[in-house]
Amino acid sequence: MIIDTTEVQTINSFSISESLKEVYGLIWIFVPILTLILGITIGVLVIVWLEREISAAIQQRIGPEYAGPLGILQALADGTKLLFKEDLLPSRGDVRLFSIGPSIVVISILLSYLVIPFGYRLILADLSIGVFLWVAISSIAPIGLLMSGYGSNNKYSFSGGLRAAAQSISYEIPLTLCVLSISLLSNSSSTVDIVEAQSKYGFWGWNLWRQPIGFIVFIISSLAECERLPFDLPEAEEELVAGYQTEYSGIRFGLFYLASYLNLLASSLFVTVLYLGGWNLSIPYISIPELFGIKKIAGVFGMTIGIFITLVKAYLFLFISITTRWTLPRMRMDQLLNLGWKFLLPISLGNLLLTTSSQLVSL
Amino acid sequence: MSEFEPICIYLVMSLLVSLISLGVPFPFASNSSTYPEKLSAHECGSDPSGDARSRFDIRFYLVSILFIILDLEVTFSSPWAVPPNKIDLFGFWSMMAFLWILTIGSIYEWKRGASDRE
Repeated sequence: MIIDTTEVQTINSFSISESLKEVYGLIWIFVPILTLILGITIGVLVIVWLEREISAAIQQRIGPEYAGPLGILQALADGTKLLFKEDLLPSRGDVRLFSIGPSIVVISILLSYLVIPFGYRLILADLSIGVFLWVAISSIAPIGLLMSGYGSNNKYSFSGGLRAAAQSISYEIPLTLCVLSISLLSNSSSTVDIVEAQSKYGFWGWNLWRQPIGFIVFIISSLAECERLPFDLPEAEEELVAGYQTEYSGIRFGLFYLASYLNLLASSLFVTVLYLGGWNLSIPYISIPELFGIKKIAGVFGMTIGIFITLVKAYLFLFISITTRWTLPRMRMDQLLNLGWKFLLPISLGNLLLTTSSQLVSL
Repeated sequence: MSEFEPICIYLVMSLLVSLISLGVPFPFASNSSTYPEKLSAHECGSDPSGDARSRFDIRFYLVSILFIILDLEVTFSSPWAVPPNKIDLFGFWSMMAFLWILTIGSIYEWKRGASDRE
């Protein structure tokens, strides 16, 4: 078989353009991922600042005020300081488990941001199993907490790790049952479809009104999954020094800190998506394209508004969980487990059965 | 495949995020001076007594056993719940039978006191 040089050249140029296309494709995959990681890092810094300011306002003190205007750079300064701190390994601990633990927690929580829609079709992976990816991946985090608690070889850390694991697996079942009811109601488990099912009738179309029991159970369970204050037994300062993170210093402690706030942000975003109508403006008879005179919602302006609305709803939920922290006292371990197993689980199961029956009747 | 491509890349990226933040302090934060007390486990100022990984409360174990049962229940009901239009009355009642068996089991362990934490 004879190929003359021009053909060889065309074949070469064709393969070069193909590889260039692949490179561009890769870049177009990387850009949104990097934007998302940068965005949620800034989101976490804002949450830390907000939490300190709101806590200070509730306790009638001043709060952070020196780092930047209104102390807004305080969280960044704390993180930078943690980067320069010495990283201690406990002498009798298990070095491998101790080192891997925080990374597993952070990775599993970062992965749950894959399926969160921030705006109209503004989502990294629009999977048909969206919410279940979140449920499955977020249940990896307790393994990391248990590893770090066990690897520290410290009594407080060990108790904290055990408590963290028991608490998150207890509250995962009511949480999943609520998510199941939502996906039954919207006939899909893709997060985009769930939001679009709530887009009619303004805020009357929210799943909040169709699933009030599910909403309350979801909020309680997500507070428990985030180890926020009514349920912050794994790191109860008065009993266990700092729980599973007692032995950690430097950036590993920072990773735990980051992970807890990332988890809080993810939970509030999921409350927004599942119950509060996501990126929709949610005011009856007013739609975004009419209001601003733009052609369609998929443009840059529409996307910005979608992101803004999502974040406003999510930060509203964050405000509620921060004020809860300074309102309710901490529970005891047996009260916590009883609430999970004997109250939330039967209620959420009943809610699921009710939803199924209503769906069957309406068919 | 293209649906799951971002997931793989995002997995690698999040791995990198955690590894980079673990690696950055290495040049700055050196272990300057170490002595046994500094590296020993924190036990409120006194020397740590014994091994921390000895015995723990049996109730944590019971909780995880209970979790395995109910987690299976949730796992089985998720493919059942997702396409509800395709589920007729037969699908509904077979799931009810499954849930009923699990509910009987839960009531049994509740009455036997496996979930009582006195």
